[in-house]
Amino acid sequence: MSGRRVIVVGGGLGGLWATLAIAAGGHRVLLFSLFEVMRSHSVCAQGGINAVLDGKGQHDTVEQHIRDTLKGGSWLANQPPVKSLCEAAPGLIRTFERMGVTFSRTPEGLLDQRLFGGVQHKRTCFAGASTGQQLMHGVDQQVRRLEADGAVQKLEWWEFLALAKDADGTCRGIVAMDLRSLEVQSFRADAVVLATGGLGQLYAPQTTCSTNSTGAAASRAYQQGARFANAEFFQFHPTAMLGEDKTRLMSEAARGEGGRVWVPRDPADRREPGRIPEAERWYFLEDWYPAYGNTVPRDIASRAIWRVCRELGQGIGGGDRVYLDLTHLDRGFVESRLGAILSIYRKFAGTDPLDAPMEIFPAAHYAMGGLWVDFEHDPATGGVAPGSPRNHATSIPGLYACGECDYGYHGANRLGANSLLSASYSGRVAGEAVLSHLAGIERGADSLAAAPFDAEVARQQAINRELMAAERGENPFALHEELGALMTSRVGVVRDNASLDRAIDALAELERRAAHMALGEASPWANQTLAHARQVQDMIRLARVMAVSARARDECRGAHYKPEFDLPLPEGRQEGPDWAHYRERWRANNERWLKTTVAEHTLDGPRIDFEPVDLSVLAPDQPRDYR
Amino acid sequence: MNSVRRAVRLAFEAAGSSGAGTTSSAVVGPEPGTRVAPSSTPERRTVELRIRRQDAPDTAPYWQRFRVAAKPGDNIVSVLRALRLDPVTTDGERVDPVAFEHNCMEEVCGACAMLIDGSPRPSCSTLLAELGDVIRLEPLPKFPVVRDLMVDRARLFAGLQRVQAWVRLDGPWVTHERAPRISQRQWAADYRYSRCMSCGICLAACPQFPDSAGDGRGFIGPSALAQVRLLNAHPLGRYDKTARLHAIMAEGGLTDCGNAQNCVRVCPKEIPLTTAIGELGRQTTLQALKDLFGG
Repeated sequence: MSGRRVIVVGGGLGGLWATLAIAAGGHRVLLFSLFEVMRSHSVCAQGGINAVLDGKGQHDTVEQHIRDTLKGGSWLANQPPVKSLCEAAPGLIRTFERMGVTFSRTPEGLLDQRLFGGVQHKRTCFAGASTGQQLMHGVDQQVRRLEADGAVQKLEWWEFLALAKDADGTCRGIVAMDLRSLEVQSFRADAVVLATGGLGQLYAPQTTCSTNSTGAAASRAYQQGARFANAEFFQFHPTAMLGEDKTRLMSEAARGEGGRVWVPRDPADRREPGRIPEAERWYFLEDWYPAYGNTVPRDIASRAIWRVCRELGQGIGGGDRVYLDLTHLDRGFVESRLGAILSIYRKFAGTDPLDAPMEIFPAAHYAMGGLWVDFEHDPATGGVAPGSPRNHATSIPGLYACGECDYGYHGANRLGANSLLSASYSGRVAGEAVLSHLAGIERGADSLAAAPFDAEVARQQAINRELMAAERGENPFALHEELGALMTSRVGVVRDNASLDRAIDALAELERRAAHMALGEASPWANQTLAHARQVQDMIRLARVMAVSARARDECRGAHYKPEFDLPLPEGRQEGPDWAHYRERWRANNERWLKTTVAEHTLDGPRIDFEPVDLSVLAPDQPRDYR
Repeated sequence: MNSVRRAVRLAFEAAGSSGAGTTSSAVVGPEPGTRVAPSSTPERRTVELRIRRQDAPDTAPYWQRFRVAAKPGDNIVSVLRALRLDPVTTDGERVDPVAFEHNCMEEVCGACAMLIDGSPRPSCSTLLAELGDVIRLEPLPKFPVVRDLMVDRARLFAGLQRVQAWVRLDGPWVTHERAPRISQRQWAADYRYSRCMSCGICLAACPQFPDSAGDGRGFIGPSALAQVRLLNAHPLGRYDKTARLHAIMAEGGLTDCGNAQNCVRVCPKEIPLTTAIGELGRQTTLQALKDLFGG
């Protein structure tokens, strides 16, 4: 193979798509993953992937998908990438289907589609309730075929530790650690793509995310100079199972397929839920948001549940829990559409959601923010310029990012079933951008001097040596627990500045303590504590970026909610002087705050800046109102 | 619920362990009219973990015992995670944290499979409530041990490559063609096979799947065969059906299945592996005739 060598870090949906696109351009890919790629968190996505196919007689349009996505994200997303994302969605679905993905079908054998939150059209393609796993099978099989052909080499059980940059600051490779032998090694490449996923573990155990979704890789790139955008926007999924070890996701598809959220009108009502008559139930989402009902966007649903439980004391038994009820639906229908989540609930809670309602509460789910990435606006189409080397480029030349670790598409709040779409699409776009980047490279990474690579390896080895040698210090697993508790209580669903100030201080203290950890083992082989200790250090630094970004934004937008700065919607319909006054205040607030937060690493902590949002597709004319 | 689970539970009941009445109902589901909420089993108990440990692939295994406090709703992964905070054996010796794999903790990533009381199972969805007060944990058999409860399942993925478990796309680009139609009936049959999470549990239970300690030759195992069944049914995957069938008609292929049916009993996703093997038997017979007579 005559092409150049590219490194892709991460084997989830974004990384595998980037790999396919780069290999299709005739280049060789080294694919790094912490584990066999099929263990990636993408397999946990359940409900579906959005694409306008308009097969349900509802006159759905791509324009409406764009509008829903932008408005759902409180207008914070740059608009050309969102436009291109929505336009590309149907083609992506067809490609997945050619790969053999088992999408659910209509009686006519066509792709079935269901309703999801923040939308009034059936736009979500799905494969039972395991859509992420099924999409992963599709791309995993394609990458395996490339592997058989020698175009892709997988390095599974390797952890990304650092970027290797040349004298000009261009990324020319990475330094990684073999998680078995603990060997630290540099790898040269003419471009690097990070597809390292989300960071829900900052909130552990109150998160739906897998234990490897630590954000450590993105944190490492940030500490080496990559800008990090919109860190304060983190989604809390409204419907997660209660659990002490993990809060397991119950797909939004449960609401899309007709599930209803309610609490007993009397929180002290001890009756079995099935015995509580309709009149004594409070369907608060349907009550507060009659137009969208149970399928309001996630930030709205999460805050509503929070308000019912924490402010009104109306949670079941007065606690942090509400019912998500499927028992009124046809059992066969629910089993075929949601079987995968029913099975999870049965196995972990011990009750059958077809017999009794599920008990749920919001939990940390998805980072809208992430590594800052560029795009090239195409004036001819209003979308992004196809194949531009600027698309998905981070602020470090030669380094690209895609999937949940970037910040591209979801603004202040992501709509359900847009993440599988953005992960796939951004992987492909990043891969195509890399092809253009490679075409412009004069000197390949193999011809560079060894010194910068060796220096980075030495720096990383020194960190390992110090951790392995320490005999007394903090337990990394215990520090992680403290971090999760701190973030959940202070940088969570509802925020205030005094609490954020305390969080920032507490994180600084945690970082100081994390500098002195003791692993409790010195095994030179498959030492998981060493890898975790390093992750915890980088997670704390990333948590600080989130907290400082949240402190800097004095408004309510999407998932970032500071009641002190709330502009409550006026009662009643969108008319009259109250509404006109509200809209004026809303516009003035946008003047001040409709901006991308950009954090840059300094020795004194994150430096926050704001940059304008590209609003060239659709002027933000409508405040979000799902009533 | 498959029969291995039932067997595990029966063994537990036979042991007459206290608390079985309240906790085991969490496994089999509620009696009609009763409700078992995640929080409604408040009592704590202590369990003993007997863990087979191994420091490296080429060192000898050894056993250690740990006493852990079990909270309601706990599973094997959650207690192993808790144990990392303070890994002290029943003899009071502080030891290295136990190495084990896990990721999603909701039985879809396949990482956490191990041998629990002698049965291969995903450790995240194995609740303590269904187990006795002494629990034996061992690495998943048949695969080389990396360390403690971690194994190397590269062979599983190599099998997928051997049977060409993919659709041969011209490229990942958009072709502007409408995708082929698939009936709901075919979807329902195919989807079950695509729930495979590459955990290796069926291979661990299969008497024909060779142990890694041997020469590595032998039966490819049910998981790869099920993917042949799946891809041979796809409208585009069908184009390479012959190549896949030839791959499983070669040495170590379909005919090495001994029909023990362990695979279908242990699969946590209830994939009808033996049905797939039966269907492939018919496909390979037809293929052999085609090979013989041409066509």
